Amino acid sequence: MDAAAPLLSVEDLRTHFFTVDGVTRAVDGVSFTVNAGETLGIVGESGCGKSVTALSILRLLPQRIGRIVGGRVLLEGEDLLGLDIGAMRDIRGNRIAMIFQEPMTSLNPVLTIGEQIAEAVRIHQGASAADALARAEEMLALVRISDARRRLGDYPHQFSGGMRQRVMIAMALSCNPKLLIADEPTTALDVTVQAQILKLMLELKERTGAAVMLITHALPVVAETCQRVIVMYAGRIVEMAEVTELFDRPLHPYTRGLMSSIPRLGAAARQKRLTEIPGLVPDLRKPVIGCAFAPRCPLADDHCRAEAPPLTEHLTAHQAACWKAGEAA
Amino acid sequence: MIAYIIRRLVATIPVMLLVAVIVFLLVHLAPGDPASVIAGDNATSDQIASIRAALGLNRPLWEQFAIWIGHVLQGDLGHSLFWNRPVAELILQRAEPTISLAITTLILAVTISITLGVLAAWKAGSGLDRAVMGVAVTGFSVPVFVVGYLLVFVFAIQLRWLPVQGYRPIADGLWPWFERLILPSIALGLAYVALIARITRTTMLEVLAEDYIRTAEAKGVATRPMLLKHALKNAAVPIVTIVGIGVALLIGGVVITETVFNIPGIGRLVVDAIARRDYPIIQGVILVFSGVYVLVNLAVDISYTFFDPRVRY
Repeated sequence: MDAAAPLLSVEDLRTHFFTVDGVTRAVDGVSFTVNAGETLGIVGESGCGKSVTALSILRLLPQRIGRIVGGRVLLEGEDLLGLDIGAMRDIRGNRIAMIFQEPMTSLNPVLTIGEQIAEAVRIHQGASAADALARAEEMLALVRISDARRRLGDYPHQFSGGMRQRVMIAMALSCNPKLLIADEPTTALDVTVQAQILKLMLELKERTGAAVMLITHALPVVAETCQRVIVMYAGRIVEMAEVTELFDRPLHPYTRGLMSSIPRLGAAARQKRLTEIPGLVPDLRKPVIGCAFAPRCPLADDHCRAEAPPLTEHLTAHQAACWKAGEAA
Repeated sequence: MIAYIIRRLVATIPVMLLVAVIVFLLVHLAPGDPASVIAGDNATSDQIASIRAALGLNRPLWEQFAIWIGHVLQGDLGHSLFWNRPVAELILQRAEPTISLAITTLILAVTISITLGVLAAWKAGSGLDRAVMGVAVTGFSVPVFVVGYLLVFVFAIQLRWLPVQGYRPIADGLWPWFERLILPSIALGLAYVALIARITRTTMLEVLAEDYIRTAEAKGVATRPMLLKHALKNAAVPIVTIVGIGVALLIGGVVITETVFNIPGIGRLVVDAIARRDYPIIQGVILVFSGVYVLVNLAVDISYTFFDPRVRY
């Protein structure tokens, strides 16, 4: 990998949710790095901890419920978890920006689009109101919203879902962040718009040199856009590799399960029935003994059920957390 | 927008008519006779009868109503039976103290209650939140006159910080005017504060859980603009609605507050009028109060467009 220090380094991150039903270990010892300018994909089912990992990095967990109980998040060597709230706000929207899943509800309905983009520029770059608005117009044009100047004064309800997500991208990139976290940015959009938004995001990423952490449940999206991939399951990383390596030689039975549950067109589709991964994601409120995936795994044996496999390097720059990594089903 | 306002104003006419009918019936069906009040304790029944005839009180009820409503529609609220002066003139004379009290109460109550509500929502579950909500429940449950006399006892009689009662016109100077309004405003506004603070807290709690608040936080927005610009503006519509509806509390409370603090306002005018069965004054004042209430709530509806760009009339 890169010899230089990584842009972001997450070390043994543990985020728990404290609810009346008990403690949910949403993120349970996750470590990974993001290098400057790279696109890292984080894949997994709903509830695997990928979004919580992202929110933990920016410390945007729901107050009073979610808490980071351990680990470090180093941005260019500085531990974000140790910062006071003011210093953390200087980072949010400035060095790390985030795009959310729901474009319909992620913009403030009573503030103009121009104001919502300009606000970040004013906060982080100390720009005057006029300069910030000029920057907002420039960003709107950059995300290809036509007639940008006029639309600065419009409100979110006057925009379609795809356009709102463009606005979110414009807002996120307005201060030239080093890292852009995109949490399922296209999930809520029409299929035709999804591709456009992804393409736009990556194009702008190239232009600004930002690293992107793309969180998604769609493996094909990862295959198209990312350089490295992390697969998460039940709050832990189960496999991590470069994208071609992962698709060529998936080591973890869960990754293989995800891949074979993608529908294919053409001849292959007629030969094979679409397979799914049997069973459900485990209840993270109960302590997991052994490998969390074991109850759903076709290869699981007593060893798997008794002892959790550590994340170890099985092939070059290819790690998996499985006792039977690479064994055929 | 203009068309909407005109439509709403036209729609108030049947409302006001209905109010007029109810007020008229309520006043006239209540026991008591203004003629015997005017005539005094030693009057003979003949004297009372002649006074009744002179005031038109011996005519059928519907006829009395027709005469009154006919005058009202021409802008004439009638003559006081006791003072023998136009009701409109009497109301105008007494308007300044009442308007002063209403406006100071409104401003004090709205600023205090919204501040408390926002703080309580921001620190939901904290000691501050519980304290605010405790005060809100108490404030809503204790009657105006109890609060009024308690305030007078503590701040006027024991501590001697403020005058016990009375009113000074604003023309006599700002402070003499204001110092006599402080205790009445608090007494009158407490229930109102309680009502608005509760709604503010509930609405703000909902808004603070919205996705766009997380977006604002992800942008690095500080606490104050997050609460006031991003959240409060979204919570504004339910809050101003309650502010408008709560004006009814103020109208009801004004009558009692003016009595407790001996303020010569419209509230006192109507209390005295009720004691004397001075029908035209009672009717006139209630009609004016109803009109104010209807107009305040029209203003509230129009203010929605200011707070929420999605509202268009």
